[in-house]
Amino acid sequence: MVKSGLKFWGRRVLQLAVPVFCAATAAIAESHGGGISPTNIFAPDSTPANSLYHVSVFVLEVLGAIFVVVFSLLAYAVIKFRQRKNDDDFEPPQVYGSNQMELAWTVLPVLIVVVLFLSNAQVIHRVQDARRPEGAVDVTAVAHQFWWEYRYPQYGFVTSNELHVPVSDPGNPTPTFIALLSGDVDHSFWVPRLAGKTDLIPNHPNSTWIDPQEPGLYLGQCAQYCGTQHAKMLLRVYVQSRPDFDRWVHEQQQPAVSDPSVAEGRALFVAKACFVCHSVRGTPAVGQIGPDLTHVMSRDTLASGSVTNTPENLRAWIRNPEAFKPGSRMPVTELTDKELDQIVAYLLTLR
Amino acid sequence: MVSDSMPLAIHKSPLTVIYEWLATADHKKIGIMYIVYALLFLVIMGIEALLMRIQLSHANATFLSPQVFNRLFTMHGTTGVFFVAMPILFGFGNYLVPLMIGARDMAFPRLNAFSFWMTAFGGLLLYASFFAGDGFSQAGAAPDVGWFAYAPLTAPAFSPGHSTDYWTLSLLLAGVGSIGGAVNFIATILSMRCPGMTLSRMPLLAWMNLVMGGLVLVTISPLTAAQLMLMVDRYMSGHFFDTGAGGSVVMWMHFFWIFGHPEVYVLIIPCFAFVSEIIPVFSRKAMFGYPAMVAATVCIGFVSLGVWAHHMFTVGMPSYGNAFFVLTTMVVAVPTGIKIFNWLATMWGGKIRFATPMIFCIGFLFQFLLAGLTGIMLAAAPFDWQLSNSYFVVAHFHYVIVGGILFTIFAAFYYWFPKMTGRMMNETLGKWHFWIFLIGFHLTFDFMHIPGLLGMPRRVYTYEPGRGWETWNMISSIGAIFQVTGILIFVYNLVQSYFKGPVAGNDPWDAWTLEWATTSPPPDYNFAAVPVVRSRRPLWDIKHPDDPDWKYE
Repeated sequence: MVKSGLKFWGRRVLQLAVPVFCAATAAIAESHGGGISPTNIFAPDSTPANSLYHVSVFVLEVLGAIFVVVFSLLAYAVIKFRQRKNDDDFEPPQVYGSNQMELAWTVLPVLIVVVLFLSNAQVIHRVQDARRPEGAVDVTAVAHQFWWEYRYPQYGFVTSNELHVPVSDPGNPTPTFIALLSGDVDHSFWVPRLAGKTDLIPNHPNSTWIDPQEPGLYLGQCAQYCGTQHAKMLLRVYVQSRPDFDRWVHEQQQPAVSDPSVAEGRALFVAKACFVCHSVRGTPAVGQIGPDLTHVMSRDTLASGSVTNTPENLRAWIRNPEAFKPGSRMPVTELTDKELDQIVAYLLTLR
Repeated sequence: MVSDSMPLAIHKSPLTVIYEWLATADHKKIGIMYIVYALLFLVIMGIEALLMRIQLSHANATFLSPQVFNRLFTMHGTTGVFFVAMPILFGFGNYLVPLMIGARDMAFPRLNAFSFWMTAFGGLLLYASFFAGDGFSQAGAAPDVGWFAYAPLTAPAFSPGHSTDYWTLSLLLAGVGSIGGAVNFIATILSMRCPGMTLSRMPLLAWMNLVMGGLVLVTISPLTAAQLMLMVDRYMSGHFFDTGAGGSVVMWMHFFWIFGHPEVYVLIIPCFAFVSEIIPVFSRKAMFGYPAMVAATVCIGFVSLGVWAHHMFTVGMPSYGNAFFVLTTMVVAVPTGIKIFNWLATMWGGKIRFATPMIFCIGFLFQFLLAGLTGIMLAAAPFDWQLSNSYFVVAHFHYVIVGGILFTIFAAFYYWFPKMTGRMMNETLGKWHFWIFLIGFHLTFDFMHIPGLLGMPRRVYTYEPGRGWETWNMISSIGAIFQVTGILIFVYNLVQSYFKGPVAGNDPWDAWTLEWATTSPPPDYNFAAVPVVRSRRPLWDIKHPDDPDWKYE
C-alpha cells in the first residue's frame, strides 16, 4: 500500500539526513583552511591545534564506522521485520537472550574504548605537559568583563584586546606561552585554529601555548559565559613575521605620544576621571580597571574586537558605550560635545 | 471479574473535584498532576526557546537585549531539567510502578503528595522571578547566571539583587521533592511487589526507576550543599567561592557536576524504561537479554557517579586527572550502548507494528545512537578542548534530551494515555505529530552541530557575521517552528482524545504487564484481588497457557 511505502521510505529519507550532515561534517573536516570559516576547528595552524585535529579525526573515523554499522542494522530490522498485511496471527518465536552475542557486543566496545582512551591520553600528555623551549615568547593574559589584557613581561609593556605573537618555524620553534589569569569571573580563551580552549579562572592560574606557522589574523572569542557581554568579548591574534613582531614590540614599548596640540584633551582625560580606569604610559593615568590606551590607535578594533577603530566609532563609543555593548562596564561620562571632541582628538594621537 | 466498560459516572461538584485533587495521596492522581504540571512548563520553555532561536537566526540581531536573552537561556535550562523532565518522569513512574508490581499504591502516599507539592511550589517560585525587578517585559529579576550558576558570577558583586536567590531557593525546594520521590520509589519497589514477583521477575520499568531513585538520593545532596554554601557566601559573609579571600570557584564546579552528571542519567534511565516496555509489545517479542539490561542499568548508575569532571576538561586539571575522566566517561558508554543492541535484538525476528508509541521509540533508537556517539567525541578530552562550551555541546545534549528523552516521553503518552483515561489517542494525529516534530527536530539539532565545529561558543546573545555560522543558525531557527507545530498537534490530540477518543478497554495494545490486567482507568485500589505472578510477563502466561514464559526464564 502507498501509505506504508511512504512511511518506510519517508523514514529512510529523513534518517538519511543524518548521514548527509555527517558528510557535511567530514567535508568541513577535510577543508583545511579558513575558506568555510576563520574559526574552523578542522583548520589548525599551530601544533596544539594540530594534535587535537589528528586525534579528533581518528575518533570521528572510529565512531563513524560504528554509526554506519549500527544505523544499517537498525534500518534493516525496522524494514525487514515489520508486520505485513497477510501475516498470520501467531506471535513470532520468543528469544530471551544469547550469551554469545551479548558477550561479543560487550567485549568489542570495551576494546574500542581502550583504543580511544590510549590515543587520547597520549595527546593530553603531549599538549598539556609540553616543555617550554628557550626562545618562547611569554604573555600573561588577564581576562576581564568584557575585555582582554595582555602583559609582555619580557618586553615591559601592557596592551589590550589584540594579541601579537611571532610566527613559529617548526625547525626552530618560537612558540608563545600564555599564562591565563582572571580579574573577575570565569572566562575562556578560544582561538580554534591555534589551540583548544583553556579557561581563565580567578585564583586558579592556567596556561596555554601556541606556535602558529602561518602569519595572519586568527579570530576567536571568550568561551565561558561571563556575564552580559560575553558574546562580544572577541579575540584577535595577529601572527607576524619575526621582524614585524619585533617592530611592533618596539612601538608598544614607547611611552605615549605627547602631542602638545591636544593638551586640552589630555587634561580632560584626567579631569573627567578617565584615568581612574585607563592607563596611558608616560602620563599620570595609571588606571588598571579598563584597557590600556597607550597605543590605542595602533589597534584595528575597539571594545574587544566588536567595533572597528575609526574616529567616528571612537567618538560614539565614548559618548555612549551602552549603544554598542549594553551591559559593558564602561560607564557613560557626562561630556559636552566640545569636551568629547577634545578627548577624541587626544586619543587619536595615541598611536 | 474485571469489566471492560467505563466506570459509573457520579456527579460531583467542581469544588469537590478540585479538593480531591489538591488533597489526594493516590499515586495515580499525583502522577497525573506531575505530568500536567510538566506539560505546562514544557510549553513555557518552548516559548523561551523560540524567542532565543528568533534572536539567533541572524548575526547581530536586536530582537532581544543581552540581558533578556541571558535570563531566557538560564530559565530555559533550569526549567527543562527541574520542572519539565524530572516531574514528568516522576509522574509516569508514580503512576506506573505500583500498577506494574501489583501494588495498591506507593509505600508512602503522603510523602508522595508532599514531594509533588514541594516540586510544584519550587517551579512557581522560580517563575515568580520574572515579575520581580524591572517587571515582566524586561524578564524581571529572573536568574541570568546559566543553569549551572558558576561561581563567582553568582557572588553579590557580579549578581546584585535577588535573581540568583530565586535560582537557589526554587531548586532547594524542588530538591526536597526529588528526594522524597526517590525514597518512595525505592521503598515501594523493594517492599511492595506482589506475590511471586521476585526482583528478577519485575518489569524493567520497575528496575530502572529503582536505579533512578538510588541515583537521585546520592546526587541531589551535593547540589543542595553547594547551594547552601552559596547562600552563606551571599548573605552570611562566607567565602566558600570568594577567590579574593581564598575561596575556590573550581570547587563550585566539582560540587555542581558531581550532581549534574548523574542527574542526566536520572533523566535518561526512566526513558530507557519506557522503551524497554514499548518495543517488546510492538515487536511481539520478549525483551532480549533482560538480565543484561538490569546489569547494564545498575552499572550505569554506579559508573555515572565517577565521570563528572568531563564537564571540566578546559578548567586546568592536570593531565592525569583529565585522562582519568576520559576513561570513566568512555567506560559508561559501554553499558549504555549495549542497551541499543538489546533493543535491536528485541525487534529482530519480530512482527513490528508501527503504532504511534512504536514509531517514537524507533526515532529514539536512531537519535540516541547519534547522541551517544557525539557524547564519546566530547569524552575525548583533546576533541573536547575544541568542542566544549560550543554549540556542538548544545546540539549534543539537546539531541539526548529532545531526540532521546522527549521522543520516549511522547511514546509513553501514546502508550499509557489509554490506561490513564480509558480512551485511545488519535493515531492519525499521532503520525502527523511524529513526522512534523521529527522534521523540526532534525532541522534544528542536526545542523546545530556545525556552528560548534566552526567555533561558535554557547550562551551568546548574538554572534559575528563572516564566521560561517549564519546559515546553520537560520536553519536551526526554522526547525523550531516545525517543533512548535508538532507539539500543538500533540496537545490538541491529548485534549480531544480525553473527551472524544474511542473507548480503550483494559488492554488495547495486547500487552503483557500487570497494568493492563485492570480497567482503564484503574479503580482507586488498582486490583480487586492481589495478583500472583510466575514470570516477567504475567499476561503473556494467561494468553498463552500452552507456552508460558516461566517455562523458559
